[in-house]
Amino acid sequence: MSRLAVPKTYKLFIGGAFPRSESGRTYEVAAADGAFLANAAKASRKDARDAVLAARGAVAGWGGATAYNRGQVLYRIAELLEGRRAQFVAEIEAAEGVTRAQAGAQVDEAIDRWVWYAGWADKFAQVAGNANPVAGPYFNISVPEPTGVVAIVAPQDSSLVGFVSAIAPALVAGNAVVVVASERFPLSAISLAEVLATSDVPKGVVNVLTGSPAEIAPWLASHSDVNALDLVGAGELDWVDLEIAAAETLKRVLRPEPGPDAAAPTLDRIAAFTETKTVWHTKSLR
Amino acid sequence: MSFLEYAPAPESRAILSLRDEYGLFIDGEFVDGHGTPFQSVSPASEEKIATIANANGADVDAAVAAARRAHDRVWSRMPGRDRGKYLFRIARLIQERARELAVAESLDNGKPIKESRDVDVPLVAAWFFYYAGWADKLDYAGLGANPRALGVAAQVIPWNFPLLMLAWKIAPALAAGNTVVLKPAETTPLTALLFAEIVQQADLPPGVVNIITGAGDTGAALVGHDGVDKVAFTGSTAVGRAIAKQVAGTHKKVTLELGGKAANIVFDDAPIDQAIEGIVNGIFFNQGHVCCAGSRLLVQESIHDEVVERLKTRLSTLRLGDPLDKNTDIGAINSREQLERIRELSDAGVAEGAERWSAPCEIPENGFWYAPTIFTNVQTSNRIAREEIFGPVLSVLTFRTPQEAIAKANNTPYGLSAGIWTDKGSRILAVADQLRAGVVWANTFNRFDPSSPFGGYKESGYGREGGRHGLGAYLSPATAASAGRTPARAVEARATAAVEEKPAKRTRRPSKPAKKGAAK
Amino acid sequence: MSGTSLVTARERAVAVLGGQPDDATLRRYLHGIPGVDAVGLEQRAAGLGTRSIKTSSKQWALDRIISLIDLTTLEGADTPGKVRSLVAKAMNPDPADATTPRVAAVCVYGDMVPFAVDALGSVHGDPDDGLISVAAVATAFPSGRSSLEIKLADTAEAVANGADEIDMVIDRGAFLAGRYGQVFDQVAAVKEACRRPDGTSASLKVILETGELVTYDNVRRASWLSILAGGDFIKTSTGKVQPAATLPVTLLMLEVVRDWHLLTGQRIGVKPAGGIRASKDAIKYLVTVAETVGEEWLQPHLFRFGASSLLNDVLLQRQKMASGHYSGADYVTID
Repeated sequence: MSRLAVPKTYKLFIGGAFPRSESGRTYEVAAADGAFLANAAKASRKDARDAVLAARGAVAGWGGATAYNRGQVLYRIAELLEGRRAQFVAEIEAAEGVTRAQAGAQVDEAIDRWVWYAGWADKFAQVAGNANPVAGPYFNISVPEPTGVVAIVAPQDSSLVGFVSAIAPALVAGNAVVVVASERFPLSAISLAEVLATSDVPKGVVNVLTGSPAEIAPWLASHSDVNALDLVGAGELDWVDLEIAAAETLKRVLRPEPGPDAAAPTLDRIAAFTETKTVWHTKSLR
Repeated sequence: MSFLEYAPAPESRAILSLRDEYGLFIDGEFVDGHGTPFQSVSPASEEKIATIANANGADVDAAVAAARRAHDRVWSRMPGRDRGKYLFRIARLIQERARELAVAESLDNGKPIKESRDVDVPLVAAWFFYYAGWADKLDYAGLGANPRALGVAAQVIPWNFPLLMLAWKIAPALAAGNTVVLKPAETTPLTALLFAEIVQQADLPPGVVNIITGAGDTGAALVGHDGVDKVAFTGSTAVGRAIAKQVAGTHKKVTLELGGKAANIVFDDAPIDQAIEGIVNGIFFNQGHVCCAGSRLLVQESIHDEVVERLKTRLSTLRLGDPLDKNTDIGAINSREQLERIRELSDAGVAEGAERWSAPCEIPENGFWYAPTIFTNVQTSNRIAREEIFGPVLSVLTFRTPQEAIAKANNTPYGLSAGIWTDKGSRILAVADQLRAGVVWANTFNRFDPSSPFGGYKESGYGREGGRHGLGAYLSPATAASAGRTPARAVEARATAAVEEKPAKRTRRPSKPAKKGAAK
Repeated sequence: MSGTSLVTARERAVAVLGGQPDDATLRRYLHGIPGVDAVGLEQRAAGLGTRSIKTSSKQWALDRIISLIDLTTLEGADTPGKVRSLVAKAMNPDPADATTPRVAAVCVYGDMVPFAVDALGSVHGDPDDGLISVAAVATAFPSGRSSLEIKLADTAEAVANGADEIDMVIDRGAFLAGRYGQVFDQVAAVKEACRRPDGTSASLKVILETGELVTYDNVRRASWLSILAGGDFIKTSTGKVQPAATLPVTLLMLEVVRDWHLLTGQRIGVKPAGGIRASKDAIKYLVTVAETVGEEWLQPHLFRFGASSLLNDVLLQRQKMASGHYSGADYVTID
């Protein structure tokens, strides 16, 4: 005798809370076979604004946490994902129409990428930083610091791996992110947000918007309080206009990445949203 | 007699043999430009120095084509060891001709000879020495093994440190295997053209370095040229913004080093005499024509009066005048246009209620001059506390606690540099941590070194110049797919139909011309 | 020449310190003075050293250097004959050029004072009046390692023999051990010993021996301490320890003197001593004085060079400027 399932309401994730879109809008998310999966929230520009505000408020705490702490928090996400593996496999299986094994491989890859990035948290500065042998009586050191608020258009062709691959590197360095999930596969992103909400990630560090990237991305690209823009998943959008909008406040911009594994893990992706700060200090025995 | 009125000690101009006219330096030779030539004048006397060729679109095409040929046929194929040797040669030639270059720089730019002689030119040589050694060690630049040069670099530089900015641009570009087309600022082309002669003396292969002169439209044409792979610009945030828009949607990699409004934070336990020197050096070095100038003095309220009094006393000993006089501390403002901007903002400061004090300097009759000026009673909302003045004008604000100092320092769209003065080590490190600025000087200011990365946060631009980071700005990894990949379960495992059916499309369209000229 | 009266000095010290000059009070005060960043100080000094002095300014500077020199002999082998020779040179530095100014003073060991006084004869007097003073090193120079009684006797004897100026050394051991009160008391006591029966007083130069204090913070504190205790001059070095006078140390001491003047209105002298051998270097000191405390300090009762070989180098430069060609060592007298 089958039990009647209790479906989940998929909402936005802003400032650690799960609000509906302030616009009240939703859109229908369908499975690969066309079946109804859920009504996802369709975020508005005001939701984007709220998300940026939440992210800005989280930058100091997250960026100021010790690298060891950030590493543990990110690793904790992998732990929790592992525990909810079955849920994500089922979600991806339904949404993308792939086999259980293929969906499982995707979840495993996403978990492993969290582990990989988590391990970088307290090593990245050592690899990207420098003690500089300046010609004078100075101590001189360069360290990478978080850029601040990073807005991301997540890869559109992937439920989980692309999403994780886009946000993890920005988080490693201590940035707070506002991420627009895949329009077609938004559900895993919101499920991941539930993982984040119950892990140790401080509220506001990750903010997830679902809906139309074409509608939301311009507001993020032009928002003066956004410091960087990752267009990895914006290849289908008029991304040149987004880059031009971002130029108004000299945002750091990563252009769209084509190919099946956009946002593949690299050290460069961490470096992309850091600012190298060089500190000089005099030194003398006298 | 007054001993302090040292007799003039002008550096001899005899060391300098200038031509009346300078062409464009393309493909190893000086050629005529096709635009209308312009004059370069000495800002200290308003006398003409030389007639300078003006590059039009066709000249830009020729220069980029020469750079492309040199890149594809010679420079990118040359072993790094040999590229390094060329750069070492250039460094030595600069040292040999150091005095001549210093005189030319002071003549053309208006900066005091003691600065061009003791700061600019030695750093230029140091920059080439530093990057020369990198040319055969690119595997250690941080991009993995066998990184590639980007190709042709378009480089547009400002008038405040003409030759030094040239070195910041050309040395790393060449070390990494790129060829360059560089456009010096319209008002200060002289040393770049002397550098072209040095390039000839070094027997650098033709086309590796091309120098084209002109105004903003020349710069815009260069930056927007389809044959360019890398854009490096130093100048105003307004032009930097225009460039960022211009290159949007292209494959061009960009480094922008733009404006600033640096806070120089002085705590009440600062080494006070050195702090005064640091404040002076921070804002009056190079007449304040410094993007990283410490133009906002944030002084702890408890020592505000004392600091201002000491500053005024110190400023009264500054000597303004002939840039070629070895005793000159404050030279000429680079152009009439810049002088007007300084005056306008300074007047705005008065209009907004700040108190202006200027050092009692005798202002020469000809040329462009502005006496070192301090504004007190400045509010954070005043224009002189927010806008880059790019002149010898200091705005003094106060704070009460370290937190307030940090908040005020960061309360700007800029983020290039900052200074901290205190005897307390833990405070220095904590404040440095929280300042949103690319360069933080603690108990010093305005120090530069080729091994030390330099560049800004926020609207002060992106990318770094100097050090290993500056080299990386002219390289890309061997293949896009290598470099630091996770060794995790392979990507092929996720053979999803969705991904394969829909390869991401890359929207491209012709880049728009920038609204403003690309040079400041 | 007469310095500040002792009563005034101690009273002023108490007022400035806000308490009696004991170890604790002095420590609180001296350690409350802003620190010195060595790199910045040395850069500022180097910057002052790049001033270029030409023609008329240089001529003036060379003459002024001579008139600020304490021509010095401080050897174990000093004899009355050596001192007479030194005095002759002091009175008439360049026999070939009568326009050459005299030096400010001759500086000798205490037991040599009578010979110096005798040799100077009518030229003995205040350098402000174009005459030559006699300065005596005292207080167990150069180490300062003896009892206070002996130091005071040393001082009193030199003053009694006609010394116009006493160059004392501070007890660097006491200073470095933090016994600031002891250093203060010794300087104050020596100042007392500088008094003459007629109520006037020999001028007191306090030698910090900066080469043994090592750090600039120490130099700054020792400068304040010496001035608070009544020193009329602060002097860098004995000349027996390396490094002796340096431009950064002298700049730092001038900054203290400037600040003291701002605080009290009193002008204190500065004497770099040891290691200044070339005119070119001496000119850098003049520039440093002029740009730090002002040109008014470039007079014998506010600035001196403790030197011996410097004088001949200045004379060679003078001769070059007068004749237009370079001179040689045989055209100046060895002493």
